[in-house]
Amino acid sequence: MHEHEPHAPAQEAQEAYDGHELAYYEQRLEAVQALLIEKGMLTADEVRQAVEDMDSRSPAVGAKVVAHAWVDPAFKKRLLTDAKDAISELGIDVDSWSTLVAVENTDAIHNIIVCTLCSCYPRPLLGLPPDWYKSVNYRARVVKEPRTVLKEFGLELESGIDIRVYDSTADMRYLVIPARPAGTQDMSEEELAELVTRDSMIGVTQARVP
Amino acid sequence: MPVRFQPGDLVRVRIDTPPGHFRTPTYIQGKVGVIETVYGAFRNPESLAYGGDGLPKQALYLVRFDQTHIWDQYEATARDKLLIDIYEHWLESAQPETA
Repeated sequence: MHEHEPHAPAQEAQEAYDGHELAYYEQRLEAVQALLIEKGMLTADEVRQAVEDMDSRSPAVGAKVVAHAWVDPAFKKRLLTDAKDAISELGIDVDSWSTLVAVENTDAIHNIIVCTLCSCYPRPLLGLPPDWYKSVNYRARVVKEPRTVLKEFGLELESGIDIRVYDSTADMRYLVIPARPAGTQDMSEEELAELVTRDSMIGVTQARVP
Repeated sequence: MPVRFQPGDLVRVRIDTPPGHFRTPTYIQGKVGVIETVYGAFRNPESLAYGGDGLPKQALYLVRFDQTHIWDQYEATARDKLLIDIYEHWLESAQPETA
């Protein structure tokens, strides 16, 4: 006797293909999506386009912005004043973005980003957040013991550097502009962008040293 | 839209646990900070989250707190800061009384 509830043929086919039974939230997601399409509220193509749009975002976009700020002080100043407006100068379409605030790491100040409530993150610039960014461990601890958390990421800050943790609980998204590493004065903007990692733009580490 | 607080003003975060997805974490409630930036008016997400229109708009502020004020046993320098976005309806004035 088969123990499971009878499955719809489409779901059985899906499970056979993926090699696992759909978990509760996967089933719910598929059911809601199927209903929205059936009722004509959105189309399968719109869902595909949205996924494609999300997948096309990556930390390379943020790295390009930071590298440009490193080589062009006037641009950096505009970026710190009105980030979206400045970024639009680079030919990047910012119309659909939340309000963005750029903060700069210096010899005196180190900034870190978190969303203690959920996982607010500058997705247009960095893509999808890493799993650790969404973990309770990071969210609960980085506001309370940032220096210990940074050490776990391999970054030991001198005690003379002040830490500013930004908890993005609302409509703002934050981007850290890491400090430009020493010894990079002869590098091109494209080479510099290679040094700007995702984690350095969250603030849990510094830019890569060439 | 009139904005109640200006950069430099001392504010206290209200202590409250309204039903639903409220956007002011409990660790910062009751604490006193300084207005760092006035971001302008935004639809209230605590209404938007439940199909409401988010009106009236709420002023949104970036508020700066001393880490040593938030946590009893903070690990490092007295100058470390926490900055957090808070909507106006969560803030009350903590300005000292002037004689």
